[in-house]
Amino acid sequence: MPYTEATLQLLSIDGTLVESDRTAEYRALVDKLSDAQLQNFYREMVVTRRFDIESGNLQRQGQLALWVPSLGQEAAQVGSGFATRDQDTIFPSYREHAVARIRGIDPVAILSLLRGVTNGGWNPNDSKFRLYTLVLGTQALHAAGYAMGIAMDGKSGTGKPDADEATIVYFGDGATSEGDVSEAFVFAQSYQSPIVFFLQNNQYAISVPVSRQSRSPLYKRGEGFGIDSCQIDGNDVLISYAVTKVALDDARGGKGPRFIEAQTYRLGAHTTSDDPTKYREQSEEDLWKERDPIARFEKFLRAKGESDKFFATVKAEGEDLAADVRARVLALKPPSTDVMFDHVYTDEHPLISAQKAWLADYEASFGGDR
Amino acid sequence: MTDNLSMAKAINLGLQRAMRENDKVLLMGEDIGTLGGVFRVTEGLKNEFGENRVLDTPLAESGIVGTAIGLAMRGYRPVCEIQFDGFVFPAFDQIVSQLAKQTSRHQGDQSFPIVIRIPYGGHIGAVEHHQESPEAYFAHTPGLRVLSPATPNDGYHMIQQAIQSNDPVIFLEPKARYWPKGDVDIDGTPVPAHQSRVVRTGTDVTVVGHGAMVAMLLDAAEVATSEGISLEVIDLRSLSPVDYDPIVASVEKTGRLVVAQEAPGNASVGSEIAATVAERAFYFLQSPVLRVSGFDVPFPPANLEGVFLPDVDRILDAVDRARGY
Repeated sequence: MPYTEATLQLLSIDGTLVESDRTAEYRALVDKLSDAQLQNFYREMVVTRRFDIESGNLQRQGQLALWVPSLGQEAAQVGSGFATRDQDTIFPSYREHAVARIRGIDPVAILSLLRGVTNGGWNPNDSKFRLYTLVLGTQALHAAGYAMGIAMDGKSGTGKPDADEATIVYFGDGATSEGDVSEAFVFAQSYQSPIVFFLQNNQYAISVPVSRQSRSPLYKRGEGFGIDSCQIDGNDVLISYAVTKVALDDARGGKGPRFIEAQTYRLGAHTTSDDPTKYREQSEEDLWKERDPIARFEKFLRAKGESDKFFATVKAEGEDLAADVRARVLALKPPSTDVMFDHVYTDEHPLISAQKAWLADYEASFGGDR
Repeated sequence: MTDNLSMAKAINLGLQRAMRENDKVLLMGEDIGTLGGVFRVTEGLKNEFGENRVLDTPLAESGIVGTAIGLAMRGYRPVCEIQFDGFVFPAFDQIVSQLAKQTSRHQGDQSFPIVIRIPYGGHIGAVEHHQESPEAYFAHTPGLRVLSPATPNDGYHMIQQAIQSNDPVIFLEPKARYWPKGDVDIDGTPVPAHQSRVVRTGTDVTVVGHGAMVAMLLDAAEVATSEGISLEVIDLRSLSPVDYDPIVASVEKTGRLVVAQEAPGNASVGSEIAATVAERAFYFLQSPVLRVSGFDVPFPPANLEGVFLPDVDRILDAVDRARGY
């Protein structure tokens, strides 16, 4: 099973804290979290899941071409997302909706991608949350290069935690088989770059189980490159937060790259085009539902004395967000054809200008009847 | 100031000048630092600028281009060297699906001023994957610019223009022209990078080419003169975008066009030029536009490269056929 003796965990499936020498450092970080921070962890997981469900509904109603659910992976994302500092740059794959929200990305911007309105959606220089990347693993190299630039700029390893920067790159178990991910390990380790590789091992690359990608635990692959690596319970938001925080501190501090394998599970389909009943058993899904990241954290918070009112408020926030997202997605307008031409190049390009002008003339030739 | 330099040295000086003028310019590639590159184009630059600006990278082409994209996001202007033409393909996804599309994907929020230098083309008797002309792949890809200098002077100026460009540039350096020397106007003002240029005027047939083919066309023009035929020779310089105005103007004068290239002809840059000139100068053409290309086969063992690559005779054969219509 995915959880092994190596798997670091703070919060057990029943919502109680686990004591262990190996996690003492992380426990200390979690003990410092305020009630407000813990509430935020919960809030982001719940609200993202509600957004996720609404987006799936929108797709089923023909309003989105596709939806890419993050259902079940909220703890891995929320914990690691909250572990970043504002100066860190995040390189997502395409399923990191919770991390996007934490960085202030409007969920409707994500849906505009899936409604065919844009291939981008937000300005990554504002949020330091880079654009979604659909070719698997390619963003690992972009993150490694960006991290090389941080070091060249003298913005890591200075001992100033408020100024030093790092990158964190998200990818999945399927992407680990892509050469780009291995090349990113090579570059990051060779140049000792400030980067954290965050693998969400959700057990499947569409239909193919992780056993086809690797016969040994994936965190060991990082070790093969000489990178400090560990495996965590990705459905435990507390360990995800604490381990990522330490890894980012190390990276920012000039100690080189870190690799985290978060064991999690895609409770839903890969995308709305997928049918998980074709390749996995209900019993497996049931097993992972018992490990659900939100239910577990809710038990933890309730045991700490969190009020019913809080949970009701968060639920209502999710409902409000879903309604707001739905209304604004339906109001999204198709882009102007200028979007096609205007930023293919930054500098003037005669072929593009000529084709843009030709299209305008052609459209005008219909005299507004088309 | 004018200097008599090889193209390899001229590009070296161009890189040096660009690096002196902008400390965001950095070089990345295999063996480019301590060794100075397998063609020595980056010789001495690591000594001057240090290993943080002249990076001997791990041996991974996708890694080189992929990390360059990340560095560009950080504000750098990376110049990547791919060691040989046939070694660019491990980086193909990063170039075609990432680099080329990033500017459009970012809708104006981010530019990607990355230059990818690729020594290319035949005539050096090398083993497989070391003599290819891959320009069509890149010219076909929206979001890239493709340049190829034919002279040391253009090598010196065009590499600087490529680095100044805010767009990704595939910079194809013709290996066969790395060593012959030519005058380089060090302080002169260069013509815009994307202008094609008439390098020899003539009246009977227009011949167009790029990179190493330009010298071949000039040789052919000399031979043709001895036979009483006047060729107008045009150096394309830019393969994407192509500057058609000088070509069309020339064809309006000569009525005949031959396009020469080392690359296989099927779906090639030469094909595109033939089609466009046919569209734009149809009433001026006295004959079909003819292409002289490499054959549509893998680059052959080096003993056969003289048969594979267009030479003066094949160019003049096409000139004769064009004149025979």
